Amino acid sequence: MKIHEYQAKDILAKYGVAIPHGEVANTLDEALEVAKRLFSGGAKGVVVKAQIHAGGRGKGGGVKVAKTIDEAQLYAEQILGMQLVTHQTGPQGQKVQRLLIEETAAIDRELYLGIVLDRAAAKLVFMASQAGGMEIEEVAANDPKAIHKAYIDPGVGFQPYQARELAFALGLKPTQIADAVKFMTGIYRAFIETDATLMEINPFITTKDDKLFALDCKINFDDNAMFRHKDLKELRDVAEEDPLEVEASKFALNYIKLDGNIACMVNGAGLAMATMDIIQYAGGMPANFLDVGGGANQQQIEHAFEILLSDQNVQAVFINIFGGILRVDTLASGVVEAARKTNVRVPVILRLEGTNVEQGREILKKSGLNFIIGDTMQDAAQKAVAAAKGAA
Amino acid sequence: MAVLVDTNTRLIVQGITGREGTFHAKGCAEYGTKVVGGVTPGKGGTIHEGWPVFDTVHQAVEKTGANVTVIFVPPPFAADAILEANDARVPLIICITEGIPINDMVKVWNVLKHSSSRLIGPNCPGVISPGKAKVGIMPGRIHKEGSIGIVSRSGTLTYEAVYQLTQRGIGQSTAIGIGGDPIVGTTHVDALKLLNEDPGTEAIILIGEIGGTAEETAAEYVKKHVKKPVVGFIAGQTAPPGRRMGHAGAIISGGQGTAAEKMKALKAAGIHVVETPAAIGETVARVIGKG
Repeated sequence: MKIHEYQAKDILAKYGVAIPHGEVANTLDEALEVAKRLFSGGAKGVVVKAQIHAGGRGKGGGVKVAKTIDEAQLYAEQILGMQLVTHQTGPQGQKVQRLLIEETAAIDRELYLGIVLDRAAAKLVFMASQAGGMEIEEVAANDPKAIHKAYIDPGVGFQPYQARELAFALGLKPTQIADAVKFMTGIYRAFIETDATLMEINPFITTKDDKLFALDCKINFDDNAMFRHKDLKELRDVAEEDPLEVEASKFALNYIKLDGNIACMVNGAGLAMATMDIIQYAGGMPANFLDVGGGANQQQIEHAFEILLSDQNVQAVFINIFGGILRVDTLASGVVEAARKTNVRVPVILRLEGTNVEQGREILKKSGLNFIIGDTMQDAAQKAVAAAKGAA
Repeated sequence: MAVLVDTNTRLIVQGITGREGTFHAKGCAEYGTKVVGGVTPGKGGTIHEGWPVFDTVHQAVEKTGANVTVIFVPPPFAADAILEANDARVPLIICITEGIPINDMVKVWNVLKHSSSRLIGPNCPGVISPGKAKVGIMPGRIHKEGSIGIVSRSGTLTYEAVYQLTQRGIGQSTAIGIGGDPIVGTTHVDALKLLNEDPGTEAIILIGEIGGTAEETAAEYVKKHVKKPVVGFIAGQTAPPGRRMGHAGAIISGGQGTAAEKMKALKAAGIHVVETPAAIGETVARVIGKG
């Protein structure tokens, strides 16, 4: 689960990590009030920052520095409500629903701090780099030595000596080391206690008067751990997610919208990915990833079908089921029901194997509906591609 | 021959009184696996579907002589169940549970690292040695006893590969589902090593997917140590970057973990890489001279 920058900074602040003075604004009036408060509090300038989940906001024109209240108002008007396009949003962009207005800092150095999971080592790794403000993936590709790492033993946690080593590697002044240790320890505690999967402070800055601040912050949480974080669950902003994906998540369906025109319904994540691949191999483009899971019931199948069909790009539906736990006859009944209810207008291609496959095929045949049956995965994929072309 | 599970397997089921646990305990027993009991804290001393239930894994092992445990415990309690099985020194722990928090698995992995117990999974279909024993949730009847070893991150994709083999009359020695999570107890390399050293395995199918670098590491291992023919497939060639594709481990981040990179690494190691999952069976038939 992703959250906004202002929410991430609220969390950091609770763990004693220094963040710039600022407040979130949902309207222009609120933005103006916040800016006035910051200026009258002695701010030399304020930053107006679009709050969307995607990165690359600055380059897209979603982050601007204002020297006066009038400028702040102007930028707030420009950014609030705009369709912000970044390299992570796709060409359609994301509508800016709220702003974070913050006091500017007298930046001395821009650095990077982050915690991620190193899958190969099966440990969390604390990363620090002097190349702040750049994407860490870019730094890793061009100059891997510029990233300093501390591997964390889950038994004892992140230790002060590790924080000191990273702080010295960043070239911080001796007078800043104690603050840096407190800063990094706070980030680590926040990571563990919120079950984060990613935490990035980029940039992590030092100021001309030797203070340390988290100027930007990104946190992703582990969806699998949300059962023990009811409070964090409330930070979810469904407006930032695809409406069909939100709908699917209500029925415990694993759906991701893509750009093609052949909808897929598959059981199992690996087979679902492989089904997308084979559609492309047959000359088509998948409209989505959909894993209905091992134990899907008739109702879930019906909902899945409705979600697939509400994507306007869809010209054909390809159902590829290898029944292990999920019985083929259950699936077939669900599909027949759903096809009747939704009055489906596009061709439906099925490839069924596994438990109770004979009964499943019988149900399809008796339904009187016009299903296309593929004998193998390849055969079905080719039929789906041909059907989609015919319908287009 | 086979690896991990066979006719000597004595299986207990952690979570045996639950819906999933009951259903699959029966499935394993029907296949011919020796299911000797189960564990559900608080239900010790009762009999469930004919099997003795114990409060702790320690008691179950002591009373039944179990050497394999399969875990069907809900995600909030699954890491604890693995650690309990490890503490009771069960040599083989197979965890089917999907959705265990990643930080729980980091802790478990770093404990298991120093242990003699082996963990398979989590988030996996289990392990089957056709004709001998099934420990997991896979449909037993699509399998056939034989000499092809399979190692895979994905459940249904493994069934697909098995089915293609069986339809061609080619049997399997052992199919190992290692699981779709970012952190798993047994990696592709560990599983390859077992199958490579198994005299009953003639050729190996390696099924991977996007995310991480485990397939690349496996390719290096194959290049150095494996003389048997290996057929490989990577799922997720069309997956968009940054999105989690069902499995928690299946995500391309920062250009790392793409299908293209993995396929390249596999090919460079002399693995027969198939472009589509539909070609797995025919490719195996060809490389073992039965095509």
